[in-house]
Amino acid sequence: MFDKPPTMKHADNSKSTVGHSPPRKDGPDKVTGRARYLDDLAFPGQLWGRTVRSQVPHGRIRSIEFDPRFDWSGIVRVTAADIPGDNIVQLIEDDQPMLAHDMVKHREEPIALLACADRERLEEALLHVDVKIDPLPPVLDLLLSTHVFKSYRIEAGDIKPAFADSSLRVVEGIYRVGHQEQMYIEPNAICAVPREDFGVTIYGSMQCPFYIHRGLQRLLKINDSQIAVIQVVTGGGFGGKEDYPTVLAGHAALLARKAGKPVKMIYKREEDVAATTKRHPAVLRYRTAVKPDGEFVACEIDVVMDGGAYVTLSPVVASRGVLHASGAYRWPHARIDCRVVQTHTPPNGAFRGFGVPQTLFGCEAHVEKIALELGLDPLLVRRKNALVVGDVMPTGQRLTESVSALPVLEAVAARSGYAAKREAAMEAARLPAGSARARKRRGIGLSLALHGAGFTGSGEAHLKSRAGLELTASGARVLSASTDIGQGTITVFSQLAAEALGVPLSMIEVAVNDTSRVPDSGPTVASRTTMVVGGTIARAAEAMARVLQGYVAQTHAVPAGEVCCVGGIFAARGRSLAPFESIARRYLDERGPLVCIEQYELPPGVQWDDAAYRGSAYPCYAWAATAVELEVDLDTYEIKLLDLVTASEFGKAIHPVLAEGQIEGGTVQALGYALLEEHIYVDGRLLNTRMQNYIIPTALDVPPMTTLILENPYSRGPHGAKGLGELPMDGPAPAVAAAVLSAIGKLIPDLPISPERVMKALHAA
Amino acid sequence: MRLELRINGSVRSLEVEPLKRLLDVLREDLILTGTKEGCGEGECGACAVLLDGQLVNSCLVAVCQAAGASVVTIEGLSSSALTPLQRSFVECGGAQCGICTPGMIVAGQCFLDSGAAATDEAVREAIAGNLCRCTGYTKIVESIQHAARETR
Amino acid sequence: MIPVTSVKTLPEAYALLQARPPGLRVLAGGTDLMVAINARVGLDRIGHVLDIWNVRELRGIALQDNFLRIGALTTYTEIIHSTLVNTQLPALAAVSREVGAWAIQNRGTLGGNVCNASPAGDTLPLLLAADARFLLGGPRGERTVVAEEFFLAYRKTALGADELLLRVDFPLPDAARLAYRKVGTRRAQSISKTLIAVRATPGLREVRIAAGCVAPIPLRCRRAEQAAMSGGDVRAALQLDISPINDIRSTIEYRRLVSANVLLQLLKNMGTPYSLPGRP
Ligand SMILES: Cc1cc2nc3c(=O)[nH]c(=O)nc-3n(C[C@H](O)[C@H](O)[C@H](O)COP(=O)(O)OP(=O)(O)OC[C@H]3O[C@@H](n4cnc5c(N)ncnc54)[C@H](O)[C@@H]3O)c2cc1C
Ligand code: FES
Ligand code: FES
Repeated sequence: MFDKPPTMKHADNSKSTVGHSPPRKDGPDKVTGRARYLDDLAFPGQLWGRTVRSQVPHGRIRSIEFDPRFDWSGIVRVTAADIPGDNIVQLIEDDQPMLAHDMVKHREEPIALLACADRERLEEALLHVDVKIDPLPPVLDLLLSTHVFKSYRIEAGDIKPAFADSSLRVVEGIYRVGHQEQMYIEPNAICAVPREDFGVTIYGSMQCPFYIHRGLQRLLKINDSQIAVIQVVTGGGFGGKEDYPTVLAGHAALLARKAGKPVKMIYKREEDVAATTKRHPAVLRYRTAVKPDGEFVACEIDVVMDGGAYVTLSPVVASRGVLHASGAYRWPHARIDCRVVQTHTPPNGAFRGFGVPQTLFGCEAHVEKIALELGLDPLLVRRKNALVVGDVMPTGQRLTESVSALPVLEAVAARSGYAAKREAAMEAARLPAGSARARKRRGIGLSLALHGAGFTGSGEAHLKSRAGLELTASGARVLSASTDIGQGTITVFSQLAAEALGVPLSMIEVAVNDTSRVPDSGPTVASRTTMVVGGTIARAAEAMARVLQGYVAQTHAVPAGEVCCVGGIFAARGRSLAPFESIARRYLDERGPLVCIEQYELPPGVQWDDAAYRGSAYPCYAWAATAVELEVDLDTYEIKLLDLVTASEFGKAIHPVLAEGQIEGGTVQALGYALLEEHIYVDGRLLNTRMQNYIIPTALDVPPMTTLILENPYSRGPHGAKGLGELPMDGPAPAVAAAVLSAIGKLIPDLPISPERVMKALHAA
Repeated sequence: MRLELRINGSVRSLEVEPLKRLLDVLREDLILTGTKEGCGEGECGACAVLLDGQLVNSCLVAVCQAAGASVVTIEGLSSSALTPLQRSFVECGGAQCGICTPGMIVAGQCFLDSGAAATDEAVREAIAGNLCRCTGYTKIVESIQHAARETR
Repeated sequence: MIPVTSVKTLPEAYALLQARPPGLRVLAGGTDLMVAINARVGLDRIGHVLDIWNVRELRGIALQDNFLRIGALTTYTEIIHSTLVNTQLPALAAVSREVGAWAIQNRGTLGGNVCNASPAGDTLPLLLAADARFLLGGPRGERTVVAEEFFLAYRKTALGADELLLRVDFPLPDAARLAYRKVGTRRAQSISKTLIAVRATPGLREVRIAAGCVAPIPLRCRRAEQAAMSGGDVRAALQLDISPINDIRSTIEYRRLVSANVLLQLLKNMGTPYSLPGRP
């Protein structure tokens, strides 16, 4: 059941079907420089747009003055007064203004917009806008905030007796994680083109075209037909282009409408890092009651997340976070609280993992602490408590299939040589002080993670996302609003459609992602694209196949049940009838367009009660274990990664090379989170906004990686697939913490585990 | 100022500001948009090109310093067919979002042309100035090693 | 628009230096200056740019009169691949490999690192410890300044407004006994948190120590040297030499402790022959 797929390193490209790795469809354009990103597109008459920001973390705007001595000719100016519709950034709550007009709640809050054809003059003009703000005291520490955006509680059993039971050991810990910046290499970029019908067409780098589509309707007071949002090739997103592009598109659209000309807004790196959303910082408290042999009995978890100035996506980030806070383990008794609070810093938002990297760090670091205090091997503790089929999660969800916590754990423990390496590390630590110790200390650690696939709770039911395909003269065209931001959506969707239609991959194209032409498939987030949207496309392709089989049966006088299409040729009873294209052309001539759109349906039995916060939060989970081996330098406290092994189970790898790419890429982002990436704020101002001082891993910072893929198909996913995109972000940071513990005997409870923190831990009294 | 550049093999004469970044001259004056900008400060390598055969970040080169020199951009590496390195990137999963890819391929080609043995460490050192946030580098290293095997 | 004069010879350069156009700035490889220009930092103070990139006389590495002589425009790549440097001054080749990454090493010059005079300039502690001499030149003639007298205050140097750095000379054979360790933020494209360089004779009879990133200038650490030579408390002495700050990259405590740790290790290994570190 858990066999590894064949090695796909340099796969046979004639094999394009599901489970094989054909070359990605957008590959040739990307490797030749032909792929056009937003900055590569020319718009006749286009102006450049820039943003005037608060510079004060909290305050009341007294005045906005445009220096009368400055020559404003040819410069378009926009303030909140120019907004025809609702001055809000549409998302969950209507609390964030597109342009502040009264209060400012963070230092980067947009207040006015300027556009000009000449970039030099535009920069000059920015210096001549004088915004006067009466400052108010800002709240900058999440623990001091009294403004709660949203809170959740999950309860199972009764924790009180467990904590009172003197035969159990109580282990407590506090863990802290900071902001993390997505640092896609292409910054946020949008161009708004005004239209004769007073509407606007938006081109841009984005994950969720329909967010913008709906947001701009309200902002500009225009109807559905007056707007089209077109995603162009997008240079990375990782969540950072989920909701923020709505702000940028709103700004560009306001300028473009006023100017009557296209307006391009491309953030400079410093502006992108300072102003756009990041991963939520969090403080996590764990209190647990466990048996002396390591069996978990009860947990009491309290998570506080920093939402920044506005609600944005915080309620759903916190919800996913709290639902994963107890990890991949059985807890007979649990009480898990989470609240997300306001601070006067730029709003935090989506970043791959969406709340889970934070809570899983807390959970897994705490498992290490439990093992340490009980004197047990953390692997044994994980093994003893890992979820299996039949177990019940704290929300009451009973796991019925596709549960792989133990298989991924065992695969990683075996492949990494965990037992022997841990023994060696403990041996080295036992050397008496004063003996000639090496200046470097090795250690190994591991972690176990799970990640719910698809939207949380009733999310998918509300979304009713739609996707499908249309017949073309040369094959079929996929219609969906899911974006390819590098993860390979175009290729995977084409594979799923090709497989269902029985045609080669080359006969499938993917429609331009234009909200005026494709159905709303929901946002490209939450590891939902393959399982939810891909599954819907596969169903639509099956429906199309049935229609065409019926048609062929009629035209060729064979029984419908016996017609099939293989390799692009319709056949019946072993006899070839006609190529797919000729049938498609005939069908289109005779009967007109054939468009098959399906709507996603939650699998039966998946029920969620938002009010009680109980039920199946996710239809299924993906599972991963990570082992990290590293070396700590006792002179510089630097950590060098030596080896990394991951095992992931996400149902089925539709395209193994792309899947490995997701795992490796996510793992390295997580290693950055673990070791390097940290934002430094002073008085609400972010100091490190450049690539030079926000440090992400280079090729030399990454160890050799072994990527194991286990398969355990999920009965409701396309070919068994669940979600993968976010899973690899969850486990590496706690695995690094565990490995550092194994090397130096100290558990470092804060991220990143910088040399400065290692030094402190080693020299603490 | 007026200057001549040999761009991807053909000589172009241009009237430009001398301190204009080579990156902007390529993208704006010559409409060679394959070269990307990720940081504008030499950190990311998305703007990497070959200047007289050497790998440089075009955001840090004032165009006056390239006068009379030969510049090769991603557009100049292949004509009709993909190069072995470009093919490897497509087949081995070396490109995801693709924004770092032109710079990576220019750097990778520079490494292949150096004739050095394509050990893991050597390849990583050669692309250490090119940041990629998508791939985690493993498949990029594999792509370069694969091309090295194919071309030697 | 900032005017640029691109020159190919020293006399051409000196002619412009003599004219002294206001706000004159020298442009070599541009890996520091272009970053500042792109970020519009200090743009208003630049009135005219003298581009010396193509001045051949300022390139090249030679062995002469017991000095290893390196032209100011010599790039890190040229240093890394120079047999002379690798045999006579291996530590300089090694530190050059730790500067930025390939594209930066192809443009960045030794002279640019010196004249930029950042306390985090990676070659600078090595130049101090190696007792390097800088040959400066201009329309008024040439002069030599020892490294230690060149760095005056935070990014202030002894270079005159009408002078260029022409060459850096390293006295041999002592330079071969130079060792260093860079501690940065990551393994490439990394600005240092601290960098310690040491030149010592066997038995530590004569010791020169310099440090980067722990003071407003690249710093010769005389108290630490004294302590090393007299068998005193090097750790404590170093603390008196240095005055690190908290910044985006690191903390005072870290810089103090790690600088001392690294120095002690370097001194300990000084007896054993210096070998090129691979990538850290
Ligand atoms: C991504 C990146 C990574 C980097 N990594 C490192 C690193 O790891 N370690 C490190 O030390 N540095 C690093 N640097 C900084 C830089 O590469 C070095 O300082 C380099 O040596 C500067 O040389 P240059 O020729 O490019 O100088 P330029 O930028 O041309 O000039 C720098 C300054 O020196 C002056 N100048 C240059 N040459 C002369 C001369 N001959 N006479 C008089 N004045 C002159 C200029 O006027 C200017 O003020 C990095 C830079 C970047 C962009
Ligand atoms: S844009 Fe030139 S290095 Fe980043
Ligand atoms: S492929 Fe996206 S940054 Fe490298």
